[in-house]
Amino acid sequence: MAEFKNSGEYMKDFKGVWVFAEQRQGVLQPTVLELISEGRKLADDLGVELAALLLGDGVEGLAKEMGGYGADRVILVDDPALKDYTTDAYADVICKAVMDKKPEIVLIGATNIGRDLGPRCAARLHTGLTADCTHLDVETTKYADFLREASTLDVDNMIKIGKIKMEDRNLKMTRPAFGGHLMATIITPRFRPQMSTVRPGVLKKAAYDEAKAEAVIVEKYEVEIAATETKVVEIVKEAKQLVDLIGADVVVSVGRGISKDVEKGIALAEELAAEFGGVVGGSRVAIDSGWLSADHQVGQTGKTVHPTLYVALGISGAIQHKAGMQDSGCIVAVNKNESAPIFEVADYGIVGDLFKIAPMMIEAVKAAKAAK
Amino acid sequence: MKYIVCVKQVPDTSGKVAVKPDGTLDRASMATIINPDDKNAIEAALALKDQNGAEVIVVTMGPPPAEGMLREIMAMGADRAVLVSGREFGGSDTFATSQILAAAVNKIGVDEDDIVFCGRQAIDGDTAQVGPQIAEKLGIPQITYAADIKVEGKKVTVKRMLEDGYMTIETQTPCLITAIKELNEPRYMSIGGIFDCYSKPMEVYDFNTLKDDPLIELDTIGLKGSPTNIFASFTPPQKGAGEMLQGSDQEKVDTLVGKLLAKHII
Amino acid sequence: MDFNLTKEQELVRKALAEFTEAEVKPIAAETDRTSQYPKDTIDKLFRYGVMGMCVPKEFGGAGADDVAAAIAVEELSKQCASTGDIVATHNGLCCGPIINFGTPDQKKKYLSMLTSGKVGAFALTEPDAGSDASKGTTVAEDAGDHWVLNGSKIFITNGYVADIFVVFAMTDPSKGTRGISAFIVEKDFPGFSVGRHEVKMGLHGSPTAEIVFEDCIVPKENLLGQLGKGFKIAMNTLDGGRIGIAAQALGILEGAMNETIEFTKSRVQFGRPISKFQNTQFVIADMEVARNAAQLLTYSAASKKSEGKTFTKDAAMAKLFASEACMHFTTKAVQMHGGYGYTNDYPVERMMRDAKITEIYEGTSEIQRVVISGNVLGK
Repeated sequence: MAEFKNSGEYMKDFKGVWVFAEQRQGVLQPTVLELISEGRKLADDLGVELAALLLGDGVEGLAKEMGGYGADRVILVDDPALKDYTTDAYADVICKAVMDKKPEIVLIGATNIGRDLGPRCAARLHTGLTADCTHLDVETTKYADFLREASTLDVDNMIKIGKIKMEDRNLKMTRPAFGGHLMATIITPRFRPQMSTVRPGVLKKAAYDEAKAEAVIVEKYEVEIAATETKVVEIVKEAKQLVDLIGADVVVSVGRGISKDVEKGIALAEELAAEFGGVVGGSRVAIDSGWLSADHQVGQTGKTVHPTLYVALGISGAIQHKAGMQDSGCIVAVNKNESAPIFEVADYGIVGDLFKIAPMMIEAVKAAKAAK
Repeated sequence: MKYIVCVKQVPDTSGKVAVKPDGTLDRASMATIINPDDKNAIEAALALKDQNGAEVIVVTMGPPPAEGMLREIMAMGADRAVLVSGREFGGSDTFATSQILAAAVNKIGVDEDDIVFCGRQAIDGDTAQVGPQIAEKLGIPQITYAADIKVEGKKVTVKRMLEDGYMTIETQTPCLITAIKELNEPRYMSIGGIFDCYSKPMEVYDFNTLKDDPLIELDTIGLKGSPTNIFASFTPPQKGAGEMLQGSDQEKVDTLVGKLLAKHII
Repeated sequence: MDFNLTKEQELVRKALAEFTEAEVKPIAAETDRTSQYPKDTIDKLFRYGVMGMCVPKEFGGAGADDVAAAIAVEELSKQCASTGDIVATHNGLCCGPIINFGTPDQKKKYLSMLTSGKVGAFALTEPDAGSDASKGTTVAEDAGDHWVLNGSKIFITNGYVADIFVVFAMTDPSKGTRGISAFIVEKDFPGFSVGRHEVKMGLHGSPTAEIVFEDCIVPKENLLGQLGKGFKIAMNTLDGGRIGIAAQALGILEGAMNETIEFTKSRVQFGRPISKFQNTQFVIADMEVARNAAQLLTYSAASKKSEGKTFTKDAAMAKLFASEACMHFTTKAVQMHGGYGYTNDYPVERMMRDAKITEIYEGTSEIQRVVISGNVLGK
């Protein structure tokens, strides 16, 4: 075995939890605060410091908010060359900082930028990276509790026979695989840092603490940034209003079942969603067929939602769709096929024609609201 | 001038997902497809080839039957193929896989006019990591999430998608680009391509072919060498079966609304 | 006999299945409802080399074999019989005779057109000469340095979209079938015109029309094959064409069967999906047997044709069986769908209407029986 500076005996030099503080045009990505909240718990379990690594140009003002959600320290690299994200400049700075300060855990939001940056850095740092995680643990007792709730595994027996070692202090990174059909928990036992990109919208943001916000340490980190081979010519914010599926309380989704009259199907979903104060989503079929734009897609390749109410109209419930909505508070499914798999996850199932049922639902909800 | 496209054969998870009694995926019984995003990468390379006549080479890592997929891609228009196949490569994570693929691409050779294409991510793992990691190993710039590509001489201009818009990025060849669905409409196999594809060259790179490549570290490939390991895997528990509402359509709807009121959802 | 398809034939199926699912299925109902020729689809089928697929590589084709060509028509016809018909006609009835009987110059000129966007057709039938081609009244006169054609042809598939026609005309009416000769006619030749567009029971996307010759001037070098050998060319071409129709019928049957399976699994009556009733199960079983038999007969005829063997009887058997099975089981498919099957919400009623023509054109079922029995009983 070749000797690596981040493996074997060297691993004990790595301490602390880092969160990459992704900002765009000086605005923190919302997922950063989720990561800081989660990182705080991991750092407490490990008894180490939580730091946010903030790159940008004139972005020092963002430090306080991150402190308020739990960051002990913000490592700030402020440089005009870091104004807009480029893979080369950001990877260069992050890898230099990591090798200099040696954190044991680095968390990155699984945004389009995070998923560009994370793998490039992990390859250069010579360590593992686990993509698009939905659950993180260091403390094995907490992980065992998670498994008891989220799996059908005989956790106590696994502990008894030594399959789960209670003294394990690796970061246990859990993510969906194979279209959400399997969950896998991944560790990086032989290399440091342990790196993970984390799916936005899944982890919960902690309460904001003004005292901690005031107490945050801002550490300016000077580093020479290598010349870049890529150049950002322009950044365009799409005028198109993307549907906010993740934040919605109610999602009414449509699938193949509307194919007979797509326009009417979508109109019904919109009207029903409006009655509930929610938004319209769609299955992969609805997006691939061009009935709805990609930002409406719920499922493994789309968004994971957990609204209070999820209404599935004419969605058969392919596994990758279920992966994106099965944690919803209450699921109502309307499908003309009584053996559609969507009914397996539905709290309330209605076998019937959505073109008949949906108008009745609209009327009934209207009436119920009026009666209140 | 060459365009090297890295592709993966994946189980078709859009249909029925077959599960073995132990809860793992029954890959043998599932149809395999060319990973969807990889088809956009293939189309990007072939569309550029249509303009400038570059050679398109398709590379995959997989078991010997993956040859079938390579033939299909040659029937779409690729000129030749490389199948990276070896027991020693099995079980590789993205770090290990990208080393092996980078070594294969390195053996094919990346010249100054060349571009390496990958799909954004594969539908079995959904990691989106192999493309950027190949670029890092090869030491070339990467542009991911490409929705539009323009190549003028050595200058490459890419519309790179973000969640809330896009960036336009410029770089030079050689570089690596990962393709998304919005980039293009992949072509089908042509009949002429089908009748030619079995006479196009296909090379197999095994462990011995690649083991001395400087981009490969022999102790970080395969299942044992991969930096990441599976700690546990499990299937999420099925939610307890819900209630199928009975009666006429109107009765079902009324029952439903009653329940939603009771739960304070309305 | 090898019952396995070659790797190339399997890939042709896969390519056409993907194409049909994405490009043909979504517009099939609309094509039927509006009687619109699916021009975009046909243009794409040129781009992918399906139109003219059997043309040798030197003339711009793929050099595909006849089984591959049958598979292409079969896959397209699963969703849209009209598209299958346009392709079968172009490949089997226009490219086919030029490949088999054309001079090197004719092949070079016309086959390259027929592989690069120009649609082909075949013109034999006349108002009073259907099954009995010897009663044709379209005549071709030798005018020294060119031919002059007069008369009209009816029920011409691709009639009002085709650029190139293989036309049969009497060069010596006194000789009956031995006085028939074949010509290659371009739609821009002086004296050529398109007549009435037919309004049909089914196959609405397939452009059927009358074509008219009024002192139509055809260059001397456009005589196809030898003078007076037109009938032989027509019969040989129809033998090949029948494989195309068998493949079309097979495809329609498979399409209707797939619809029936999907529908009967999801349609619940008396508390269970109707696929759980034995009546449904037996129909599905019979469909599966017919599908397999039709497929074997079709591929067997195509494979004999590719091998250069005599295939007249084989093509007739394939067409007879596949078309009658197609008609029978598309009717059953409508029945399995109940009232829904009679509406155009489901494609089976279209499939049933499309099926009927397969028992009629390119030799009616009765003519196929004549051909088959003639082969069995001898003269």
